Amino acid sequence: MADTATQTIGVQEKEPWFGKKERKLLTDPLQSNNPITVQVLGICSALAVTTQLLPSIVMSIAVIFVAASSNVTISMLRNYIPKQVRMIVQLVVVATLVTIVELALKALSYPVWKQLSVFIGLIITNCIIMGRLEAFAMANKPWKSFLDGIGNGLGYGAILIIVAFFRELFGKGTLFTGTPIVMNIIGPSNETTQYWINTANESSLLYGYTNNGLMVLPAAALFIIGILIWVHRSYNKSLVDIS
Amino acid sequence: MELFNIFLKAAFIENMILAYFLGMCSFLAVSKTVKTAVGLGLAVIFVLGITIPINWLLNEYLLTERGIFGADLTFLRFILFISTIAAMVQLVEMVVEKISPSLYNALGIFLPLITVNCAILGGALFMVAREYNLAESVTFGLGGGLGWFLAVVALAAIREKIKYSNVPPALRGLGMAFILTGLMGIAFMSLMGINPAELAAAVPGN
Repeated sequence: MADTATQTIGVQEKEPWFGKKERKLLTDPLQSNNPITVQVLGICSALAVTTQLLPSIVMSIAVIFVAASSNVTISMLRNYIPKQVRMIVQLVVVATLVTIVELALKALSYPVWKQLSVFIGLIITNCIIMGRLEAFAMANKPWKSFLDGIGNGLGYGAILIIVAFFRELFGKGTLFTGTPIVMNIIGPSNETTQYWINTANESSLLYGYTNNGLMVLPAAALFIIGILIWVHRSYNKSLVDIS
Repeated sequence: MELFNIFLKAAFIENMILAYFLGMCSFLAVSKTVKTAVGLGLAVIFVLGITIPINWLLNEYLLTERGIFGADLTFLRFILFISTIAAMVQLVEMVVEKISPSLYNALGIFLPLITVNCAILGGALFMVAREYNLAESVTFGLGGGLGWFLAVVALAAIREKIKYSNVPPALRGLGMAFILTGLMGIAFMSLMGINPAELAAAVPGN
């Protein structure tokens, strides 16, 4: 990435505002360079918050915001940061942004804040943020860094939401618990379905569903991500580990 | 005895990796060989053992209403904690380089990487949430570090052995590491809910 940036500066050609390269910055992290399944960054929070869809969506939005704005900030400061203290500077910028997110979330939606608890704070040490700051923002211009932050946040959010979908569906039988559009897909959680369980034929698959306790454990997220990596690499052979 | 319980709890029952899944990034990234895993594990024990008491002191004497500013400054907690951790890691790196160059070379890149290990910041935040005192937080830090060390060495050992197995190509390496960690986590679930204090009380003659 650094090479292409210096080349374009040398040519002095007017760059398109949203050209092919910029689009690639946005879409690459969704597929061939996914932060979770390929770069192995930001696993901790992916495991902890994905028991339900709502907190995972909130978490993804928070990470997209922090990744994009910290990338822009560090990219603007990149020529003024001394090399020896760059980690502290980066962390202070990220910590400030995360504090803003945490206070905003606490004010906007207290139950979700409570549910996410320590994990909003742990966005600071989310390796995606630090990794992209080190690998991209320190060497690129603000606009590109902004797109890179958004792209990586989206790639992270995509995995988070896929994992949360399966975990909530099989763990509780519902989707979107905690929102107005809560859906009971297969779970016996509300009274009507409770009635059906009591009366329905025992061989009925739909009404005989009992919650799968394994899916609520963090270990289930590891299995689902492991399987996602398996599927991803079966399609994309270039990612397969040769060693 | 109280301290020993906290140590046991932090190291095994509430293991940072296998019960809370904190510090996964470096856990998965460096567990390819036992040698590097041991180096990083030792560094994590050291940094956790140092930063948690320092953060405790800062939290107690700067941020709370009992501190020198006499005001509730807890919203500054993240910034203060993470700067302490970054500064401590940098300091530890310099000290280790000066005192023992051989150890410094053995640890290499893993020392600075500890800054972004969630287990370190997570440990500091747990320490605040559980309202430990100074002695307890030192024990908690060392115990948590030991638990992290044991987990990373165990995974590295399994990964070294699994190289000889016939794993589907797409699952080799990272995918398998995820599934192994999940299985280890389930094994550790069996320890959950054990209360060392109750166990000690149940032993006759104690």
